[in-house]
Amino acid sequence: MTAVSMTVNGQHVSAEIDPRTLLVQFLREELRMTGTHVGCDTSQCGCCVVHVNGDAVKSCTTLALTCDGASVTTIEGLAKGDELHPMQAAFRENHGLQCGFCTPGMIMTAVELVSRKGTNLDEHTIREELEGNLCRCTGYHNIVKAIAAGAQAMGTAAE
Amino acid sequence: MYEFAYHRPGSVAEAAKLAGDHTDGKLLAGGQTLLPTMKQRLAGPSDIIDLSRLDDLRGISVKDGVVTIKALTRHAAVATSAEVKAAIPALAELAGMIGDPAVRNKGTIGGSVANNDPAADYPSACLALGATITTNKRAIKADDFFQGMFETALEEGEIITSISFPVPEKANYQKFRNPASRYALVGVFVAKTAGHVRVAVTGAGASGVFRVRDFEAALEANFAPAALDGKSVSASGLNSDIHADAEYRAHLITVMAKRAVAAAG
Amino acid sequence: MSATGIGASVRRKEDFRFITGKGRYTDDINRHGQAHAFFIRSPHAHATINGIDASAARKMKGVLAVFTGDDLAADKVGGLICGWMIHSKDGSPMKAGAHPALAQGKVRYVGDHVAVVIADTYAIAREAAEKVVVDYDVLPAIVDTATAAATGAPVLHDVAPNNTVYDWKLGDKDATDAAFARAKHVTTLEIVNNRLAPNPMEPRAAVGEYDEGSESFTLYTTSQNPHVARLVLSAFIGIAPEHKLRVVAPDVGGGFGSKIFIYAEETICVWAAKKVRRPVKWTSDRTEAFLSDAHGRDHVTHAQLAMDETGKILGLRVKTTANLGAYLSTFSSAVPTYLYAPLLSGQYNIPAIYAEVDGVYTNTAPVDAYRGAGRPEATFVVERLMEVAAREIGRDPADFRRQNFVTQFPHQTPVIMCYDGGDYPQALDKALELADYANISKRKAESARKGLLRGIGISAYIEACGIAPSAAVGSLGAGVGLWESAEIRVNPVGTVEVLTGSHAHGQGHETTFAQLVSDRLGISIDNVAIIHGDTDKVQMGMGTYGSRSGAVGMSAIVKALDKIEAKAKKVAGHVLEASPDDIEFKDGKFSVKGTDKEIDFASLALQAYIAHKFSGQELEPGLKEGAFYDPTNFTFPAGVHICELEIDPQTGIVTIDKWTAVDDFGNLINPMIVEGQVHGGIAQGIGQALFEGVVYNKDGQLLTASYMDYQMPRAGDLLSYDIAVTNTPCPSNPLGIKGCGEAGAIAAPPAVVNALTDAVGHEDVPMPATPQVLWRAAQRAVLKAAAE
Repeated sequence: MTAVSMTVNGQHVSAEIDPRTLLVQFLREELRMTGTHVGCDTSQCGCCVVHVNGDAVKSCTTLALTCDGASVTTIEGLAKGDELHPMQAAFRENHGLQCGFCTPGMIMTAVELVSRKGTNLDEHTIREELEGNLCRCTGYHNIVKAIAAGAQAMGTAAE
Repeated sequence: MYEFAYHRPGSVAEAAKLAGDHTDGKLLAGGQTLLPTMKQRLAGPSDIIDLSRLDDLRGISVKDGVVTIKALTRHAAVATSAEVKAAIPALAELAGMIGDPAVRNKGTIGGSVANNDPAADYPSACLALGATITTNKRAIKADDFFQGMFETALEEGEIITSISFPVPEKANYQKFRNPASRYALVGVFVAKTAGHVRVAVTGAGASGVFRVRDFEAALEANFAPAALDGKSVSASGLNSDIHADAEYRAHLITVMAKRAVAAAG
Repeated sequence: MSATGIGASVRRKEDFRFITGKGRYTDDINRHGQAHAFFIRSPHAHATINGIDASAARKMKGVLAVFTGDDLAADKVGGLICGWMIHSKDGSPMKAGAHPALAQGKVRYVGDHVAVVIADTYAIAREAAEKVVVDYDVLPAIVDTATAAATGAPVLHDVAPNNTVYDWKLGDKDATDAAFARAKHVTTLEIVNNRLAPNPMEPRAAVGEYDEGSESFTLYTTSQNPHVARLVLSAFIGIAPEHKLRVVAPDVGGGFGSKIFIYAEETICVWAAKKVRRPVKWTSDRTEAFLSDAHGRDHVTHAQLAMDETGKILGLRVKTTANLGAYLSTFSSAVPTYLYAPLLSGQYNIPAIYAEVDGVYTNTAPVDAYRGAGRPEATFVVERLMEVAAREIGRDPADFRRQNFVTQFPHQTPVIMCYDGGDYPQALDKALELADYANISKRKAESARKGLLRGIGISAYIEACGIAPSAAVGSLGAGVGLWESAEIRVNPVGTVEVLTGSHAHGQGHETTFAQLVSDRLGISIDNVAIIHGDTDKVQMGMGTYGSRSGAVGMSAIVKALDKIEAKAKKVAGHVLEASPDDIEFKDGKFSVKGTDKEIDFASLALQAYIAHKFSGQELEPGLKEGAFYDPTNFTFPAGVHICELEIDPQTGIVTIDKWTAVDDFGNLINPMIVEGQVHGGIAQGIGQALFEGVVYNKDGQLLTASYMDYQMPRAGDLLSYDIAVTNTPCPSNPLGIKGCGEAGAIAAPPAVVNALTDAVGHEDVPMPATPQVLWRAAQRAVLKAAAE
């Protein structure tokens, strides 16, 4: 067992873990924060995307120990109290989710996308940037709409 | 995953010593290939030497017509680097085609090159641009570095520290993605330097990345897509799988090479 | 229409928990002291098991038990069942081989369940599994659908010589032969409907628990129909009597059919919980899902369409071999028979139809219902035939379809179905207009100038949703009734709980069902809670699949609401001192006709519970009613989808650049949710046509066991769809609604393939039409063009 500590959604956490522990296992099993999901074994589905020091990463393909000292944000840390993050609100408003399983990863990916590519996102860019996020329910139509709207709303909120 | 001992060295020297001491161990850079392999128990290293704290192995510089990218520089950093975009836009574009945004936020150039996956993108750039791979021990020419599928010239305890790419006159990378994995089914990197052209192909070869001398000669005579009319790579020695048989791959090499030449301008 | 009533695109009530990471899926559930299961699966497609040595594994620290088929047999745990009896042409019952939850002496596909290790952690269980030595004698395997029944093929189950589970027929052979005899033109097609992996993003999972005090079990599981799971686990598999088994299906991350079935893993988890006296948890990884979730489709079909000299269809003849995999999954037998052949009439007036279907065993994962289940296969046959026939006789494919549309209702087809209503020409006309069909030749010419091949394809589909009535499906061999249940509990404060036998796993029932109740009772949608997925809370129900929850599930709610209103009027009569016959209910208020005496719904609810204004002998206190609704017919959604695409002949890369869908789902409760269902269905249908295919090699090894090799549709592979609706209300249920969940998946594959074959100018384009397939297909087009 090896000691690890990091900041998750603004809270300092530390634990003794098996070095094999993936970040997603640390979040789900150690911290019991189950909003981050696992949908594949090959780093392709994106259900597990979280932010590590602001970068979107696949928490199923990241050792928890590598994140020692890092700041991690998960879907649970996005809203400010009862106030939804604009991207969360956009997913609801645009019916960008059905079963909800891929949704946390989609939203985390989308928020980071805006940080890199800005708040005016065209459909092509959004579709390309979703290369690493699979959804089986929505056919992506409304996810693309939601991200475009959420990006705009993030721009407005930042003003 | 199988059990392993975890190390997080603070210097390249320390990492190299650990790697030398634990010959069944593995260096962990971005982990975007290694960790999935370990999760599926296809690899079971005794030790994991996590390089994530070797901050001096990150960074990009351009000097005297050479782009030098330190080994732990992430694909996202290469893809968005203003220096790389200015000097070798094809290299930045290639980095931006690897995996997906989250993978590019973790995966590193050194990890990719050291792994030499036969469907990885970077080996084609290294070979076509005539890159030099620098390790903690020596400098290795790309032509000598890639030695077949997952095989490289790296010795035990040897760690890539940087990769240097001479700036070409023109270059372009065309990638035909495997429809499922999005690795290169066929990736062709074409680079033109003073008097020379190099064409490197990834994804297609049963023994990993390779150069197409016949194409290079034709393009040296006339750097235009039409120079490759009627030219093809033999299907023998190319990969065949459910996504593409060797004949289709051979065909795609010519198509992608022509498109790369056209795009290189 | 109110802002939250029927017909409004109400934003979903369930979304808040999903967008904040507070959903509760099965793998999110952790029980105190839980152990973890790891299944040892067969690496061979076909082998006998000589012995299993688990002694080393059992000795490992943290290992609680290793169980094999012998342990299940010793506990008299029954095998997994197939709940729909199909009879062969000669009247004999289907030949179903035993399906033990853990292998008994033989394995029949890669991934078949051999043994289970239960340990303190998943890591230990997996580690221990590698120490279990299984002695196999490998047998020859058969994976190919077309040749599974051939002489000399390896036989999977002794009860089914030639691997034939049934040879079934539907329709009138003589009449069909006669129709073909007088045909002017016959179109013939050989069709392979590719095998698919359902791939809900949430992998299957189960947590089994045993309470010693009450001698009762709880199973948390990823199920589309928890009551059916409970029924099967108790009545057939014999884990526990029904009243001692609670099945909970919490938030479920997509199903698409694959979570209807009762699998080995949840059976073992609940059984083993008592054996090891600890809760037992299992979560599938994605490779296990590819290996062992029931697959879909996998048909090989020879189909012929007969026409007279005017292009009028005379008859249809179909011979299909359906691959059922190594064992019969829960509803597998019905999918290529009663969910398939009755749809072969499509939207067309076809006087004579004859279909033969052979169901065969192969050394592959079991095949069962996957989004559409039989209906996509039927639609693919019909719509490919229609397209090719039109091309062969030199007719415009749209006009040819229009000529043969059913226009009078009710319409009795020669294959069981009686279509109750629709307007097929209207949908076609609207779709052609939206797709700018008239100008396609201009667009084709523009593409040709760029060296690209453009094609357009039409699919005019029909589906049968909400399989019913129960007596009818029973007569066809179903082991269950296909009604639905609802209970409305009005609380004393006027809030309402609806307990429904339907189960939502993405469909948004918490919103649409609440819209219905809110609309009817005149109360806020926020005061309606939809409760589902827990057999301890909800009365027996049949679950969600086959686009049945609107037409059947909501109709049950309507029926219960009728009873609530009737009872409430009696209470109101007492409170308002009037005859119940004089009470009117409107906008949430009960009033006495012609007076200003009224009471609102919440106050009335309180009166019903305090029972001060009436005698308990005359009228029971309380306000709670239940209903079981058994429909009178299927519903028949139909529509037209048009796909337009462009192929790069040099690479085989295809770009779909316009998708038009015009669907008739009858009345809509929530158009936003309906559109979402259509989007998802189209994506899966495009996936089948262009990307997805389960591939086994000849030895039965699965080559597409992860997303590295199985291409899931990604955002960048797809486009935004143009969606429109027509509306002919369904006459067979009180809401006039049909069903929308499967339409896209049914409509899309032939639309895509019709467009691809239009682009390349020949019919030889198999699914999935990957770049390699299309490159070869396009080469023929290029060579042909050069020759001309």
